[in-house]
Amino acid sequence: MQMDGGQALLKALEYEGVEVVFGYPGGAILPVYDSVLQAGLRHVLVRHEQGAGHMASGYAHATGKPGVVIVTSGPAATNIVTPLADAYLDSVPMVAITGQVPYGLIGTDAFQETDTTGITMSITKHNYLVSDPNDIPQIVHEAFHIATHGRPGPVLIDLPKNFADAMNPDSKMTWKDPIPVDLPGFQPVLDGEPEDIKAAVELMLQASRPVIYAGGGILKARGADELRALAEKLNIPVVTTLMARGALPDSHELNLGMPGMHGNYTAIMAMQQSDLLIALGSRFDDRVTGRLDGFAPDAKVIHVDIDPAELGKIRTPDVAIRGDAKRVMAAMLDEIGSATAIDHGAWRSTLSGWQENYPLAYEDAEPGGKLKPQMVLERLRDLSPEDTIVASGVGQHQMWASQYWKFDHPYTWINSGGLGTMGYSIPAAIGAKAGMPERTVWAVDGDGCFQMTCQELITASVEGIPIKVALLNNSYLGMVRQWQEMFYDNRYSEVDLSGPVPDYIKMSEAMGCVAIRVEDPDEIDAAIERANSINDRPVVIEFVTESEENVYPMVPGGQSNSDVVVPPFQEKETAR
Amino acid sequence: MKRSQMNDVHTLAVLVENKAGVLARVAGLFARRGFNIESLAVAPTDERFSRITIVVDADSAPLDQIMKQLDKLIDVVDITELDTESSALREMVLVRLDVQDEAKVREVHQLVEGFSGSVIRVGGTRMMISLSSRPRELDEFISQLRPFGIEELQRTGAIAIPGID
Repeated sequence: MQMDGGQALLKALEYEGVEVVFGYPGGAILPVYDSVLQAGLRHVLVRHEQGAGHMASGYAHATGKPGVVIVTSGPAATNIVTPLADAYLDSVPMVAITGQVPYGLIGTDAFQETDTTGITMSITKHNYLVSDPNDIPQIVHEAFHIATHGRPGPVLIDLPKNFADAMNPDSKMTWKDPIPVDLPGFQPVLDGEPEDIKAAVELMLQASRPVIYAGGGILKARGADELRALAEKLNIPVVTTLMARGALPDSHELNLGMPGMHGNYTAIMAMQQSDLLIALGSRFDDRVTGRLDGFAPDAKVIHVDIDPAELGKIRTPDVAIRGDAKRVMAAMLDEIGSATAIDHGAWRSTLSGWQENYPLAYEDAEPGGKLKPQMVLERLRDLSPEDTIVASGVGQHQMWASQYWKFDHPYTWINSGGLGTMGYSIPAAIGAKAGMPERTVWAVDGDGCFQMTCQELITASVEGIPIKVALLNNSYLGMVRQWQEMFYDNRYSEVDLSGPVPDYIKMSEAMGCVAIRVEDPDEIDAAIERANSINDRPVVIEFVTESEENVYPMVPGGQSNSDVVVPPFQEKETAR
Repeated sequence: MKRSQMNDVHTLAVLVENKAGVLARVAGLFARRGFNIESLAVAPTDERFSRITIVVDADSAPLDQIMKQLDKLIDVVDITELDTESSALREMVLVRLDVQDEAKVREVHQLVEGFSGSVIRVGGTRMMISLSSRPRELDEFISQLRPFGIEELQRTGAIAIPGID
């Protein structure tokens, strides 16, 4: 079938089953947008290309399907650099299509030319520069294959304008359905070696203080059921990292919560004192391990990851298993059969002692004082539907949301873990809602983050994607302020956002949202209930919160997890 | 720095898909991950594949990590660490000298013959020389040539293929 490259691109996206794309037109991508008019997919017009990238990421997190972005060359391509880097670090499947100047002009510093494949090489799993429009179906097919197989990640396709432009003879191509991918350099291994699984199970049966260190790879592998079965089978407590919240219900008795810098005390100390860490789809990130030479000093390590480069990158495992987390857990369950683990009674009572003495906790607000952000999140959690999807920005509000929300379902927590991208929440929530329109989607945001990407609320209004935003406004860049308080002797440098502008209510209303300001604790519930009842437009609730609230527990940067700082009102036992 | 002074040098034979930008991907990976390249040589082996020989300094990162990160590149098909003793390992050097004194031309001829190199051209007191050998031989050859007055020098970096066993 004869067509031009622009038509072929859209046809290829349809061939891959794409239903929604997030994008923004411009010079070099114009011909592709001429084909968008006839395409059988939904195009969401964003207000900034960075928003398109995070929307695609939120869509992918919520649906498990790859998120797709279409933008033009030059500044648009550089505007998606941040979301690509974000998706790369958090292993989010995405396909980004960028326009490029006509092929013959590449290298001439043409208008809106950037070396997009060069710029994105180290922040994509792979990228392509199209050099022949006949290659488009196969390149798109490969891009989706690479983005979604093995360790997921973003893939970029740079498409020169002349190959898409119907008015240019260079764009003529003959459509051929893609053939199965033939990539000798990309052969993900899914099943672990049986002898390694056997060795791992032997360690698991003999450990007296085991902990499952569950990471985002479990969710990527759709392995929540196997995780639960494995934990229950051997009665092994589980910590769920920031990228794995919801992989095991927070209400499950074996779930110790989030580990790491702002993790649950019990989760942190369980890893520290463990004699066996079973790392499943987790990568020993520095925010989890704290100072490495003091991390889990007595633990043997079983490390399961689909990406062999993670095995031994940070901590040398005793048993390394290259494979898909879901399949490896299933194989472990088979291997365990009817065997039972040694008694963990002493370990479990140590853990429950910590849980009793060091629960996540905060002090109630003084009478007449500002709202406590933790309390706002607890009310939001309790008053929202059970399968509500929460997308967060980056900073204190992110940590509180992860700590105080009770995630009882996988794929209900969306955040920027690896890159720590401020402004992630609103566009990510829009992407999630676009993919899951029947679900309630709350963006939990801070005032710093809100000011970075709130213009996407216009997208939400215009495109009919009614997300809800809980803006925790503490008038500070709160996490930076907390570090300045704790580690820079209260010298607050450039963290004051107290304004008096912007007026978040006027700003949100101007973007088509229902906007509610809450300052009094007695107004919290009514505001949340009202927001949850509105489904025809986005809602923003500005919660005016305590300015100098700190996130606890906290492992100070560069210190050992054993030096975790609990809130001042919890007296810490003598560290082991 | 001479190879002999380096602590942990390894030679990797890397088979890659012969696609645009593959060398940039490999070089970019080394830069981004802070791995040091001692030398790198690349050329196509057939229409589909190219072979890259990379000599890496594994003091900068564990060799295992370097190989695994390289293997993650989609265009990288296979990586083999070569045993420098049993594998065929060659490097070539081109040298241009001005020995100043015609009597020394003879001495250089003898030196080159001793290393089984070749004198490509002589013009007055200036000479063009080549040698293909193991990199350590090249080190030695160059150090013996240096007193004669090297004007220009270009080494290719090592190329290698696995040994017969």
